[in-house]
Amino acid sequence: MIRVRDLEFQYDKSDFRLRVANLQIADRERVAIVGPSGSGKTTLLNLFAGIATPHRGSVETAGQDVSSMSDRARRQFRVRHVGLVFQEFELLEYLTVLDNVLLPYFLTPALKLDDDVRARAVRLAEGVEIDDKLGRNVARLSQGERQRVALCRALLTDPSVILADEPTGNLDPSSKMRVVDLLLERAQEANATLVAVTHDHEVAERFDRVLDMGTLQ
Amino acid sequence: MPGSLYLAWRYVAHHWIKTTILTASITLIVFLPLGVRVLIQQSAEHLTARAEATPLLVGAPGSPLELVLNSLYFGTEMPDPLSYADVDSLDAGGLAQPIPLYTRFRAQSHPIVGTSLDYFAFRNLSVADGGLFTLLGECVIGVRVAEALGVGPGDAIVSSPESVFDLAGVYPLKMRVAGVLEFSDSPDDDAIFTDLKTTWVIAGIGHGHQDLTDASAAAGVLRRDSMTITANAAVVQYNEITEANIASFHFHGDLGSYPVTAIIAVPPDQRSATILRGRFEEGDLGAQIVVPSDVMDELLRTVLTVQTFVLAAVVVIGMGTLATAGLVFGLSIRARQREFTTMVKIGASPASVRWLVASEMAVVLSAAMLGATLLTFVTAAYGPPLIRALLL
Repeated sequence: MIRVRDLEFQYDKSDFRLRVANLQIADRERVAIVGPSGSGKTTLLNLFAGIATPHRGSVETAGQDVSSMSDRARRQFRVRHVGLVFQEFELLEYLTVLDNVLLPYFLTPALKLDDDVRARAVRLAEGVEIDDKLGRNVARLSQGERQRVALCRALLTDPSVILADEPTGNLDPSSKMRVVDLLLERAQEANATLVAVTHDHEVAERFDRVLDMGTLQ
Repeated sequence: MPGSLYLAWRYVAHHWIKTTILTASITLIVFLPLGVRVLIQQSAEHLTARAEATPLLVGAPGSPLELVLNSLYFGTEMPDPLSYADVDSLDAGGLAQPIPLYTRFRAQSHPIVGTSLDYFAFRNLSVADGGLFTLLGECVIGVRVAEALGVGPGDAIVSSPESVFDLAGVYPLKMRVAGVLEFSDSPDDDAIFTDLKTTWVIAGIGHGHQDLTDASAAAGVLRRDSMTITANAAVVQYNEITEANIASFHFHGDLGSYPVTAIIAVPPDQRSATILRGRFEEGDLGAQIVVPSDVMDELLRTVLTVQTFVLAAVVVIGMGTLATAGLVFGLSIRARQREFTTMVKIGASPASVRWLVASEMAVVLSAAMLGATLLTFVTAAYGPPLIRALLL
């Protein structure tokens, strides 16, 4: 579950101010957040993930108040509970598909990379139909394939919350709906709460609920 | 932290051109001062060790350095010759044992050194295979000559003509290899040693030909009287000394006028050495006497002065290269800020990211250090012979 109460956030040296009085997203719910550019959609996702902290109010994600945690605790929280998918995939060009999926394990001493984890990475790749490209460098993949790699990376630690920031923003129409369907299916299979920011109403309609930033503030 | 090391390795391997250029640059700036020092130090040790083992050297007036380089290291620049009478004179003086050297000729690139058997005892050279030369036309070769030419005892080596276009010049002589010397890690390993008389045969001062009193040489005889037989060029001259023709070899003129390029003088004690040097320096003997270690020290002082300037230049270039390498690293890190931000978002600590960057630098620096160390070892192993070859 994600719960926000009396949240207020402002970037340094910026007039933009995000206010959310009350918001609740149930466990395993699949929610799309829509709204115009600059309305704070990505900021809200960052607050859910503990990447940013509010100036006032609280953010509770997966049953833990991330707004009151230390930096270190928030990082560890993200590793254990949150899977992130980005608009521009944010894959490392110098790694293979498999190494990109395993990236959290290379970066985080708390996560132990073993054969079970590798087997899980392969299964996830099979689920999104990129298992035949595991040894290939990601620079040689199409945009749709790259986003599927990013999805596998987000799911590898078995997170209870998946946060996707414009996951289809860089995809062509044919890849777009395929990636959305995969995102929804995998989230359901993993019993994870899914929150996706999107500009695309066609994409948003696929989700259980659509939240408009205009109605939140 | 193996994960960071793995990522660092993947990064530098993926950007292999940038990595190779950086590694090569750092390798060079580390290696150059080290290599120059090692090269000069080892070459100096090799050169001075041989010079210090040679107490005095007598030669014709001229460049002492040329005399030492030719007589000790068998360099190609030949000093003016002395006459064999100088050897006899030195011997008669009783102040030093003379060991004559005649280094005018070569067989391919290897120097032919005409000397006496005393040379081998003086240089502590022992024979590994076969024996020392005992007959005219025999030679003893250094181990590197044996390897390079693929010859051993019983085989033959032919001296090289000085000029193939000079019909009146020196003709090649086929010499029989009597033995191969033990490895001595000195210029002796690259030399062919033979008796002085054999080198005089190569020089054409001594020669062997058909017996003119024999009926088979009648076609070559121009005139015959009670004292003299005059022959033309049709008489067969021998270019190999064998058991069958050795008796026909003879020398014309006064032996004392025959050439030597230098004389190693081995005084029995310091007093004799001092008196001998005094005689040469004060008297008008038409020759010079030099202390080889003094001559080499003079040369090395010049080399060390040059080394100081070279090292100073290398340090300046090195600092510039290091600054450039630092700039490349800095710009690369700045260009990857987004990548590092993503890493932190998915759970990496800022310390892990710093560790990753440090690992990448460590991979490059380790490769550079390894490269510099290898190059230094290669320089230490192969540099001194190369320097000797360049100097001589």
